[in-house]
Amino acid sequence: MTKIRTQYNRRSFIKISAAAGGGMLIGFSWLNACKPNAPEMAAGLPLPEEWYEINGYIKIGDTGLVTIYSPNPEIGQNVRTSMPMIVAEELDVPWDHVVVEQAPLNTGFYQNQFAGGSLSIRLSWNALRMAGATGRRMLLEAAAKEWGLGVADLNASEGVISEINGDRSISYGEIASNAVGIEIPEEVELKEVKDFKLIGTSQKNVDGKKIITGEPLFGLDFHRDGMKLAMIAHPPAFGMTVGDFNADEIKGMPGVDDAFVIDISIDEPAMFDEKGFHQLVAIVGESTWPLMKAKNALRVNWQTTGELESTAIHKKRLADALVNGQVQESRKDGNPEAAFRRAAKVIERTYNAPFIAHNTLEPMNFFAHVTADKAELIGPTQTPEALEGSVAKLLGMPIENITVNMTRIGGGFGRRLYVHFGLEAAAISKQIGGPVKLIYTREDDMTQGTYRPTYSSVYKAGLDENNNLIAFSVRGAGLPEGPVFPNRFPAGTIENYSAEKILAPTNVTTGAWRAPRSNFTAGAEQSFLDEVAELAGKDPIDFRLELFDRAINDPVGAEFDYDAERYAGVLKLVREKSNWNTPMEGVHRGVAAYFCHSTYVAEVFDMVMENGNPVIQKVWCAVDCGIVVNPDAAANMIQGGVVDGIGHAMYSQLTFENGSPREMNFDTYKLIRHSQAPREIEVFFVENEIAPTGLGEPGLPPAMGALANAMYKATGVRYYDQPFMGMERKVIG
Amino acid sequence: MANYSLKINGKSVEVDVDPNTPVLWVLRDHLNLVGTKYGCGIAQCGSCTIHLGDAAVRSCQLPVAVVGSQEITTIEGLSENGDHPVQQAWLEHDVPQCGYCQAGQIMSAAALLKNNPNPSDADIDAVMDGNICRCGTYVRIKQAIKTAANTQNA
Repeated sequence: MTKIRTQYNRRSFIKISAAAGGGMLIGFSWLNACKPNAPEMAAGLPLPEEWYEINGYIKIGDTGLVTIYSPNPEIGQNVRTSMPMIVAEELDVPWDHVVVEQAPLNTGFYQNQFAGGSLSIRLSWNALRMAGATGRRMLLEAAAKEWGLGVADLNASEGVISEINGDRSISYGEIASNAVGIEIPEEVELKEVKDFKLIGTSQKNVDGKKIITGEPLFGLDFHRDGMKLAMIAHPPAFGMTVGDFNADEIKGMPGVDDAFVIDISIDEPAMFDEKGFHQLVAIVGESTWPLMKAKNALRVNWQTTGELESTAIHKKRLADALVNGQVQESRKDGNPEAAFRRAAKVIERTYNAPFIAHNTLEPMNFFAHVTADKAELIGPTQTPEALEGSVAKLLGMPIENITVNMTRIGGGFGRRLYVHFGLEAAAISKQIGGPVKLIYTREDDMTQGTYRPTYSSVYKAGLDENNNLIAFSVRGAGLPEGPVFPNRFPAGTIENYSAEKILAPTNVTTGAWRAPRSNFTAGAEQSFLDEVAELAGKDPIDFRLELFDRAINDPVGAEFDYDAERYAGVLKLVREKSNWNTPMEGVHRGVAAYFCHSTYVAEVFDMVMENGNPVIQKVWCAVDCGIVVNPDAAANMIQGGVVDGIGHAMYSQLTFENGSPREMNFDTYKLIRHSQAPREIEVFFVENEIAPTGLGEPGLPPAMGALANAMYKATGVRYYDQPFMGMERKVIG
Repeated sequence: MANYSLKINGKSVEVDVDPNTPVLWVLRDHLNLVGTKYGCGIAQCGSCTIHLGDAAVRSCQLPVAVVGSQEITTIEGLSENGDHPVQQAWLEHDVPQCGYCQAGQIMSAAALLKNNPNPSDADIDAVMDGNICRCGTYVRIKQAIKTAANTQNA
C-alpha cells in the first residue's frame, strides 16, 4: 500500500473552504446550471436533491451521483475524462455514477492548472489520486462513526461502504452528508497499481454526446445576455504598427456600435504575453457579419516601425547563423574534429523547416466583463493562471478581483498558451463598459504570430573502416531560437560528439508549437540516422539499438536526457509488432523513434506506391508513457500526433513577403486532409507500473522522420526540406 | 435588412438580416444554433457544413437570401436524440479529440451516406476531403463512416 502525506493538500482544502464560504466549490457549467452535465452517464440514478462537497475535487449527491471537477483546460487531449477517472479510481466509485464539471481557475487549491508540455496527467497524477483517496477515507470515517466501528472494520468499493464482519452496508450517497466536516486525513492510502479497476480500461469521452449533437461547449459558443461582439484588426506586417483610421465611417456602418484603438502592452511581460501587435483596432457590434463587413471597410494608416522581413531574408539569416551565429547551448564529448579527420566515411546533410502556424480550428476568442472593480473572463485558454496575472497587470486590478473560467477548447497545440486575446477582450470590455465576446477571423488568427520558428540544422557523422559511428555533430539554428537539445540522444552513445544550438533574430513572433523544437529535430535527426545506417550497411533499427547498448553499458559523458532501456524498448516493440524483419513485397518501410515530454515513441511507416504516388498504408506505433489511464483515448492522441506530423512535414508552411505572411487562410495554407492520412494507425503501449507521462505531443515528432525514411524507400528520394511536397531540392539517394 | 422565413430543423423561423449574411451567422448569432462552427469563412475547412435539402453545403458561403424554401438541417436537427447512425458510430469509435470540427464532419458523412449507402474508401475521401480535422482524427472518422454504413444497411 502506498501512503502519501496530504499535509500540503490539507492546507489547500482548508483554504478553499474558507475562500468559498461554507466549502462549496462552484464548478463551471454555463449552460447546465440546474442539471448534471451528462445525464446519460447518471443512468439509473435519480438527480440528487442535495449535494455534499467532500473536497475540492469531489461532490457527492444524496442519490449517489458523484461530481468530479476536472481541473485542467481541455484542448482535445481528453483530460476531462482521464483526470476524473484517476479520482474515481481512488474514490472507488462506479464510473457511470460520475459526472464531470470543469473546475474554475483556483490557484490557491489546484496545482498546475494548465494544458501544455504534455504535463496534465504527469503533474497531477498524485494530486488526483490523493483527492480520490482522501474522499474515500472521509466517507469511511463517517460510516465508522455512524456505526461505532473503526475504519479498519469497513470496506469501501464501487460506491458502497460495508462491514467486513457484518451485514450492514451504506452507499456513498447516503453517508455523504456525514462526511462533510470530517477532518481531512493526515495520510491516505493509495491503491496498488495491480488493484486498479478503472485506470487502464477504455472509457468514452465524457463530452462525446454533446460534441456529436452540437451542444454549446466552446468559447466561440459562449453567450451571455447583453453581451456585445467585437473583432480586431492588427497590422498587416511584422514591423508595422497601427496609426489613425476611418473611425467615423466605421462607426456609422450598420450594426457597428463603436470602433477604437486598444493597447494591451503591460509592464514586465512574461513568457505567455508574447504578441506581435499590442495596439489594435477594435470594432464592436451586435452580430458577426456586420463586424466582418466593417473590418473590410477599415482604412488604417499603418506605420512602418521595423524591418519588413521576407522568406528570402529568413533563409539567409539561418544560413549565416549556421556559420557564425551565437551559440545558446552546446555539448562536446571527446574530440569530434580529430575523429572526423580520421573517419573512413563522412556524411553531412542539412535539414530545413519553415515557420508554421498553429491553426486551431476554433479561432482565438474570449469573453470578458470588466467593471470598475472586477473582471470576469471566460473562454478557451491553455494557461488560465497566466491570463489572470496579465489581465491584473493590464487593468491595474488585484488578482483576487479577477475570475477566469475555461470553456472546452477547439484545439490548442500551444497557441492558447499565449494570453493576448483574453487581454484584448478585457481592454475592449473596459472601453465599452460592458460584457463582450471577442472573435478572430481565420485571417486574423493566421497572420498575427506566435508561430513555430523556422529552423535549419546541419548534421554530420563519421564512420570508421568497420562502419562504427565514431563522430557526430549537429549545428542547428532557428529564428529566433535554435532547435537542438544538446543532451538528448544520440548524446551519450558516441565517443566524439558535438551539439550546438544557435539563435538568430527576427521580428516575427514565435511560440511553443506542439512539441516545441522536437517537432523539427526528431525528423531531421531520425532521417539523418537512417542515412548513416544505410552508409554503414546496417539495418536502421539494429543500428539504433547498437547506440542504445552503448548508452546502457558505457555511456559517454556525464549525463544525457533519456532512459536508454526504455528508448530501446519501444524500438524493439515496434520491430516485433510490425514484423520488421519480414519484408513484404511492394511495401516500403521507414522507422523512427523519439523521446520527448517524458514519453518514448517509435513508429514504423508502411508505404505503397499507387499510380506512381506514395501512399501510407499503415503506421505502427510503440509507446512507453508509463501507466496508460484510458487506452483507447491514449491511442487516439498518438494517432492524431502521427497525422499532424505527416501533415506538417508534407504540406504546411508560412512564407513572408514585406513582413506579411503570404498564407492567410486554408486556401493557400495547406493542412492535411482525409485522403492524405494513413489508412490505418495501430498503437501498442509498453506495459509497466511507472507513473504516467503525457501523450499530447510525443506522437508527432517521430512521424516526420519515419515518413521521410519510408518515402526514401518508396521513391529513392531523400527529403530534407519541409514541407516535402514543396521541396526545392530533390536529392536522389 | 430584409425579412426571411426559413425552415430549419423542421421548424419555421423568421429573421431580419442583411441579404448577404451567410447562413452560418444567421444560425449562430440570430437563432442560437451554435453547433454549426466557424473555421475559415471561405468554404475550405467544412466546419460550417449543414444540409440544404439532402445536400451538404458550407453555410459560411451561403447567403441567406438564396435559401428560399429549401429546408435546412443543422447538427442540432440531424436526429432527435443524437441517435442518427453516423452520430452513434462517432460515439462507438470515440472519434473526437477537441471536437470542434466534428459537427461538420458528421453532417458531411450523413449526406454522403444518404446519397451513397456503400461508399468505397475513395468515395469517402472524395467527399470528406472538404472537412479538415486539425487534431487528425481522420482514421477514426473513416472507420465510423463504415460502421454507420453497415448499421444503415443492416
